[in-house]
Amino acid sequence: MATLIKERRIVADSWQLIKLGPDGGALPEIPAQGSIIVPLALWQYGRAQLLARKGQLGIWLDSHEDPATLAADLNHFALVAVNFPKFGDGRGYSTARLLRERYGWKGELRAIGEVVRDHLFFMAGCGFDAFLLREDQDPQEALTGFNDFSESYQTSVAQPQPLFRRRLAGAK
Amino acid sequence: MYIYDEIDQRLVDERVAQFRDQMRRFLAGKLSEDEFRALRLRNGLYIQRYAPMLRVAVPYGLLSSKQLRMFARIARKYDRGYGHFSTRQNIQYNWPKLEEVPDILADLAAVQMHAIQTSGNCVRNITADHFAGVARDEIVDSFVWCEVLRQWSTFHPEFSYLPRKFKIAVNGAEHDRAAVQVHDIGLHARRDENGNVGFRVLVGGGLGRTPMIGHVIREFLPWPHLLTYLDAILRVYNRHGRRDNIFKARIKILVKERGADKFRDEVEAEWAHLKDGPATLIAEEIERIGQRFTRPTYLNLPATDADYEQKLATDQAFANWVKRNVHPHKVAGYAAVTLSLKKTGVPPGDATAAQMDAVADLADRYSFGELRVSHEQNLIFADVQQSDLQELWWAAKALGFATPNIGLLTNIISCPGGDFCSLANAKSIPIAEAIQHRFDDLDYLHDIGELDLNISGCMNACGHHHVGHIGILGVDKGGEEWYQIEVGGNQGNVRPGLPAALGKVIGPSFARAEVPDVIERLIECYLKYRESEVERFVDVVHRIGVEPFKESVYGNADQRAAHRSRQLAAH
Repeated sequence: MATLIKERRIVADSWQLIKLGPDGGALPEIPAQGSIIVPLALWQYGRAQLLARKGQLGIWLDSHEDPATLAADLNHFALVAVNFPKFGDGRGYSTARLLRERYGWKGELRAIGEVVRDHLFFMAGCGFDAFLLREDQDPQEALTGFNDFSESYQTSVAQPQPLFRRRLAGAK
Repeated sequence: MYIYDEIDQRLVDERVAQFRDQMRRFLAGKLSEDEFRALRLRNGLYIQRYAPMLRVAVPYGLLSSKQLRMFARIARKYDRGYGHFSTRQNIQYNWPKLEEVPDILADLAAVQMHAIQTSGNCVRNITADHFAGVARDEIVDSFVWCEVLRQWSTFHPEFSYLPRKFKIAVNGAEHDRAAVQVHDIGLHARRDENGNVGFRVLVGGGLGRTPMIGHVIREFLPWPHLLTYLDAILRVYNRHGRRDNIFKARIKILVKERGADKFRDEVEAEWAHLKDGPATLIAEEIERIGQRFTRPTYLNLPATDADYEQKLATDQAFANWVKRNVHPHKVAGYAAVTLSLKKTGVPPGDATAAQMDAVADLADRYSFGELRVSHEQNLIFADVQQSDLQELWWAAKALGFATPNIGLLTNIISCPGGDFCSLANAKSIPIAEAIQHRFDDLDYLHDIGELDLNISGCMNACGHHHVGHIGILGVDKGGEEWYQIEVGGNQGNVRPGLPAALGKVIGPSFARAEVPDVIERLIECYLKYRESEVERFVDVVHRIGVEPFKESVYGNADQRAAHRSRQLAAH
């Protein structure tokens, strides 16, 4: 069972992640109840049905999917997730920043897929606040990943002022 | 030298701790080979043909004598007593032990050095023109801007897992000595009519298997916007660069597939959101970084030193060295000096621990305790008094670093090749050596004049063969090592002349033993066609085309056709 980290703590996960079938397959069934995170294709296809059902609704974007497609719909979701299909696929970092900084997403932003200890620091910097760890990850060890570095030079969602502006403010 | 502040130091220390933990988890079987690979590469650690290889960053090629002594110490303590200076102005160790690498990184951190992002699919070491700060045609001190970019690119949260590696070069002078046209991003400093500093931004150049010249996507980017504009370019690339095929993953392919104009439009659209945001640079920060650089305290000297002029007039060997290895300086009475790591019989770019220690002492004595690594794999003393030149020359000669061949054929750029690298198709170092032996006669070498000869052991082009006036590429033919030869490439205005150009292959490849003969025939062809001594090899190639050079090597078109039909008939 994969562990969920939220706000730097290990928590129980009440959400069901609805995955897509293999390429070209039929869209998955929509469960009648419960909190679900659906793929973008299912939202585009079954929007009315999803909005009419009981239970919380979340959506997930794959790494190649454009967050702009959700910009007008974000108010329908209680959670947005971004999938990391491979260890080295860094598109989700940009997706997260766009969701937070351009499209104003304030709710839970969850990293799913290849979510491992060594990515957590960067993921947190790009605005993720929930992390569904890959199953093989040691949750306690993963928690230390957020503290790999005590500072960042750049702007980030967590710290919109770059270090050089904060240094200057400190010096004044 | 840029001197770290407390935060710069802390981040480098934290990187050591992070990597030590990654190594621990890998050795304990908690981290897979593949994942550890991605993590160790961004600390410069490769697993090579015979042993691991560690690439240590020399940010923009600038280092202090203290840091060089640490390189020597590391070579002795963890390696086999030598290091290899690379074309990205870094140093590589070929024989470290895997489990000792965290200790090496800790030793480096003690002298404000690291191996951060020297490999992996992230922003690599930023390179610069190696005469930054001392060149007469300087527009800005590119080192300051490189340090701004070093900080921006170090552990960038959004751009640490790009589709592929990403190389940025900054040139701060009129003449391009940083090869900005063959980088993922090239930045060429300029001043507008009011004297404000900005950058010409080029994107999508590069060498490798698909060499391309970069496109200018902005003629003048005012400096405050540098980081937001780079963020916009990197974001477009991170999101849309190809990840399905490693050979098509560089930004140059994205720019080519989109077309430069469309790519520019996308960057500009992205930038519209980032422009004037908090990452916009401020003058105080540029000043702060500039002030953290140590600066030489120059003496007030006359423009020419009578004693020095006298030595030049009377010592021909010294004068030869000065002609090739000493470069003009913006401050009167000073000069920049190249210590050639291209002595015949020594792999290009290699230096022993003893040599490094000795060079560190010379740097302390003659050049304010600092030196630079050039992308041509030589060492540079940027601030030497003219009156010290002869003494420095004697000392460099004793070390084997005074070969007067900068800009000449034997100043060969070469990757480590098949002797060390697991990617290589063929060896490079023995080829370099065979050519250096063939052209060992200094008078002949000087008569041939300026000529860049670059060798890569495979199409990854670490030896920059595409931009050599003569480029040699190792290829694999049925398990054997063969060499393809190009002519007409040019790395840009490293030495004044033509802009950057990519070489053209002259024809079928050669066995290793044939290569020196082929080079000799190309040189004879050049000498036959040149109109004067100032017309260089590459100028002749551009004036008369490749055909006469082809003929000199393979015979004329009729002879080549006859040869081909004989070959076909034989099969």
